[in-house]
Amino acid sequence: MSDGPRGNGWVGILPILLSAAIFAGFLGALPRVSDGEPLRLAVDWVPSLGVTLSFLLDGLSLTFALLISGIGTLVFLYSNSYLAGHPQFARFVLFLFSFMLAMLGLVLSDNLIGVFVFWELTTITSYLLIGFGHETKKGRRSALQALLVTGAGGLAMLAGFILLGNAAGSFELSEILTDPEALKAHEHYTAILVLVLLGAFTKSAQVPFHFWLPNAMAAPTPVSAFLHSATMVKGGVYLLARLHPGMSGTDGWIWSLTIAGALTAVLASVLALRQTDLKQALAYTTLMALGTLTLLLGQSSAYAMTAFATFLVVHSLYKASLFLMVGCIDHETGTREAGILGGLARAMPVTAVAAALAGLSMAGLPPFIGYIGKELIYAGAIVAESSPVFVTAAALAANALMVAVAGVVALGPFWRKPGGKLPKTPHEAPWPMLAGPLLLALGGLAFGTFPWLIEESMIAPLVGGLLGDPDQTKHLHLWAGVNLPLFLSLATFALGFLLYALHRSLRAALARADAATPTLDDWWDRFLDGLKALAAWQTALLQSGVLRRYMAVMFLVVLVGLVATMVARGVRVPMPDLSDVTWMNVALVMLMIVGAVLATLTTSRITAMASLGVVGIGVAMIFIVFSAPDVAITQLMVETLIVVLVAVALLRLPKLDRASEDWRPLDALLAVGVGGAVSAVIFAVIATPVDRRLTDFFEVASYPEAHGRNIVNVILVDFRALDTFGEISVVIIAALSAYALLRARPSKGGDR
Amino acid sequence: MEALLAIAIGVLVAAAVYLMLARNVLRFLFGLVLISNAANLTIFVSGGLVEGAPPLIPEGAYAPAGEVANALPQALVLTAIVIGFGLFAFALVLTLRAYSALGTLFSDDMRVAEPRGDNDV
Repeated sequence: MSDGPRGNGWVGILPILLSAAIFAGFLGALPRVSDGEPLRLAVDWVPSLGVTLSFLLDGLSLTFALLISGIGTLVFLYSNSYLAGHPQFARFVLFLFSFMLAMLGLVLSDNLIGVFVFWELTTITSYLLIGFGHETKKGRRSALQALLVTGAGGLAMLAGFILLGNAAGSFELSEILTDPEALKAHEHYTAILVLVLLGAFTKSAQVPFHFWLPNAMAAPTPVSAFLHSATMVKGGVYLLARLHPGMSGTDGWIWSLTIAGALTAVLASVLALRQTDLKQALAYTTLMALGTLTLLLGQSSAYAMTAFATFLVVHSLYKASLFLMVGCIDHETGTREAGILGGLARAMPVTAVAAALAGLSMAGLPPFIGYIGKELIYAGAIVAESSPVFVTAAALAANALMVAVAGVVALGPFWRKPGGKLPKTPHEAPWPMLAGPLLLALGGLAFGTFPWLIEESMIAPLVGGLLGDPDQTKHLHLWAGVNLPLFLSLATFALGFLLYALHRSLRAALARADAATPTLDDWWDRFLDGLKALAAWQTALLQSGVLRRYMAVMFLVVLVGLVATMVARGVRVPMPDLSDVTWMNVALVMLMIVGAVLATLTTSRITAMASLGVVGIGVAMIFIVFSAPDVAITQLMVETLIVVLVAVALLRLPKLDRASEDWRPLDALLAVGVGGAVSAVIFAVIATPVDRRLTDFFEVASYPEAHGRNIVNVILVDFRALDTFGEISVVIIAALSAYALLRARPSKGGDR
Repeated sequence: MEALLAIAIGVLVAAAVYLMLARNVLRFLFGLVLISNAANLTIFVSGGLVEGAPPLIPEGAYAPAGEVANALPQALVLTAIVIGFGLFAFALVLTLRAYSALGTLFSDDMRVAEPRGDNDV
């Protein structure tokens, strides 16, 4: 597996070429977009619901698209060697490529529904990728956890999107964001904010939803590098940035983003220092970056926005590079434990250089782009709308810890003395695995030394999209003069170096503190078990296998449904008007009532049959009295047939035994309740005028159009002939099934 | 008169519900007959009652002369009666078959499809 750069044939080459072509395509669009000309493409999807498949290429989406397709190309190149000869390689590439397309769709989509669909697609493909090692329990658990956490957030986001679309009157993002003041004043603004933040925070793993991301490192390393550093987890940050022009600036926005971002950044960088597994340490630093980006998006100043744009690029470059580098170490030495690794610089010189370059950018040392990013973060922090002191302190703590972690991850394995025997004899990784980390790390150096490379083309259009004016973008300088950010930087380095020197002794204390603090991850399994137990409990309760209980549940639902609807609609049940009742009517109704009561109470089968017959005849007579002769004839025929059938059947059935006829007060209560509710509904119905529009149509059209003088018959055989056909089919199916049942050979009684 | 029938329908429904909650499947079937009748009457009453004027068009005319009974609920009830009969006939045969196979008419003891303990946690 590790003995050569040979890949996987065309399955490995094709995605590299395709993603490189996509990257080149986006690069070609860069000059146009930098000139302030966004590209838009729209195809009607569900026009009746205002859903359009529309795509917008502006500064924000282009920056993301370039990062996704560029890093994607390098990751595909890397995977081709990393997973060379893996039996499931084709599946892996399919998942990863689908993910990349979904991610591109997400950042390019200009329609809220489109954003949601692509968002869910990234969730599903990331589930498949995290669970790529599905034979391990840990892999399955992590994949499911990521799916459920981000999926639940996605649903909340969908609800928020629907409210947002209704509030703005459009589902097109470019139209929604044109009138921020109206949006912020809308009565549903708070609900929209909460729901959308739930989606963004779960996706971008903000506290308290941060627990799934470190677990997601169960995925193969190229996946972690791509999804969990550069792309998918930035989906939430992208969404916040996209909505920033329309929704930012309110107290709710500023404080929720500031607090969640700051907490995430500081907590994650403390936990990163505690890790001994290099990949886990990087996972936590990703959380720190996401927290910082969220924190910056909570603000609205030009400095904060420029810092956001710059740090976004900075982080993607160094983090993808470092992840891939850790993959090289893992691949070539067989371990990722910081305590064992050491002295690799001699065996893996190119990896060591790439790691050093990326690590220095991560630590924020000049002349790397990371330094510029950090200066801008401080510049943004000291003018923060929320609380400059709080934001600056959080940024300082997080950045100092980053310096220490960069030392642990990027320098330790190569330059310090080995702490133990390596599982494999290390040698340099093949070139396709080195290209990615090296190119990305060199990018960090090049963009830092020559900031104009990205300032005009990428940063300014992005900031312009956020602030509405690209000219407000702050310049990217290595030397911005002697100012507060410079002193903060110096303090960061001092604190960072101190932490690095102490990190071994700190680790034990941190591990203890970490174990003592509860996270949602500890409760996750209990939560899932509880959910399953709840499902089993309610299934056992509602689907007990006892017919009577099923019936009771149904009647209860009917009762509650009827009463609740009437109460909710404010239906008043009028006093029944009995003035027009004649003695004959009373006699008829009494006949039916006596029949029904007798059928209920008797223990004699013959009496029950006769009572049912009485009720049926009573109904038929009502049809006769109130001008429905056809219905009455049918009713009489059916009643006769029922009596015949029951009589035949009773010959083969036992008598109703007295022992089973116990009085059931609860059932009686339910019965009276349902009966009363039905009566009340009919009282309310007959108090309203009958809508005769359909009847009028049939009366007028019956003869001229269908040449029938009996309107009821015309409706049945002409206007609604298809319904009658369906009715006949039902009777035929019932007859055939009954015949089949009677013909089937009886099995032995009671066996299974 | 509609109000009086509404009360009668309530009584029919109550009797039907009580019967359908019984342990003996035969009583369940009696309840089925009653509830079908009650449902048909409900549709019929909701369309308004007219005495002595069936929805017919006299010879030589193109529309009914004067007010006639509402034809629409009548057509619906006609269909409903037939379908209700189909359902009842099938349920009756099913009961017969269940008795010959299981030797009981008590629904609590009919546990072939969902045996006891099947849903236990």
